[in-house]
Amino acid sequence: MFDLTTLQDRFGTDITESIFRDNRRFIVPSEKVYFVLECLWRDHGFDMLAELTAADYLEYPGATERFGVMYVLLNSVSGERLIIKTHVNLPDPELPSVYPLWRSADWMEREVYDMFGIKFAGHPDLRRILMPEEFTAFPLRKDYPLKGRGERHNFPVLTRAES
Amino acid sequence: MAVGLPENVFLTTLDAAASWARANSLWPMPFATACCGIELMATAASRHDMARFGAEVMRFSPRQCDLLIVAGRVAMKMLPVLQRIWLQMPEPKWCISMGACACTGGVFDTYAVVQGVDRFIPVDIYVPGCPPRPEQLLAAIIEMQRKIMRTGTIRGSEFATRTKSDGPPPFDRDEVRRLQEAAPVPGLEIYTPPPVVTE
Repeated sequence: MFDLTTLQDRFGTDITESIFRDNRRFIVPSEKVYFVLECLWRDHGFDMLAELTAADYLEYPGATERFGVMYVLLNSVSGERLIIKTHVNLPDPELPSVYPLWRSADWMEREVYDMFGIKFAGHPDLRRILMPEEFTAFPLRKDYPLKGRGERHNFPVLTRAES
Repeated sequence: MAVGLPENVFLTTLDAAASWARANSLWPMPFATACCGIELMATAASRHDMARFGAEVMRFSPRQCDLLIVAGRVAMKMLPVLQRIWLQMPEPKWCISMGACACTGGVFDTYAVVQGVDRFIPVDIYVPGCPPRPEQLLAAIIEMQRKIMRTGTIRGSEFATRTKSDGPPPFDRDEVRRLQEAAPVPGLEIYTPPPVVTE
């Protein structure tokens, strides 16, 4: 089982651990996250990125930072799972892309960018993946209203006589 | 019977003859985006058999169809496609809005779902239900046939009078009010955690 002290020896003691049931989360500062992930990928056999997602902690009780980005890693030999979590903040949330490590990061990073507006530096093709290209907001942010800002109404009306 | 006419000859108007032919050979264009599409398939299948009403020839090219059946929710990314399909259909053409989502947006009152296709394309018949039963869709097709027989003309001149949008305005009044309410207010708590109850 992968140990926290291995990471702390190499990257410093500001990496912390939290455990919920059998989920082990390592919380890593955003400027170190790429190097931690690269270390896990190269030296510790985490060869699969099972999930990459984000959460908005606006007005979450006790939260001090805005966005959390989670990388769920899987060691396909030992079956061990590990969650690496990092935080980014406005006004310019940006992380290094992990596309060079895991190809599966391609669409997942695009989805996080589409929904939360978190940029991934070095991603080969960072476009929106779900919303249309001309959409300007980031709909999963908590300060975006559920019913939108009028995007769903912004279309020409066809009458029967002219169509 | 009229004098001088053989027994199997009828007199009628061109409008009525054309409407009779059109009403009994509707070619539906299935625009099925959700679970209503499954009911639409069930309607066309053997148990309910839409062929009994002459509307079984589903064509997946809008250029061969004259009845658009919008079955399912329409996302704001899909609406330009729907409008384009509607414009590609040749005249005369009609539209059935099938199910709660196509009619009003249904339970999906979110930023991405259009709140009723009738805001943006003309709709002739609405079918309520979530999803509607095949019998309801058959009833709508029979009602569509009645409407064609009643109002149809050979040149399609009944469409020329429909110069205004049939549906509600794209922006409801309460929508504007809700938008104002949803605008970010500095210092306003959106989330208040529930109070902790101690016995």
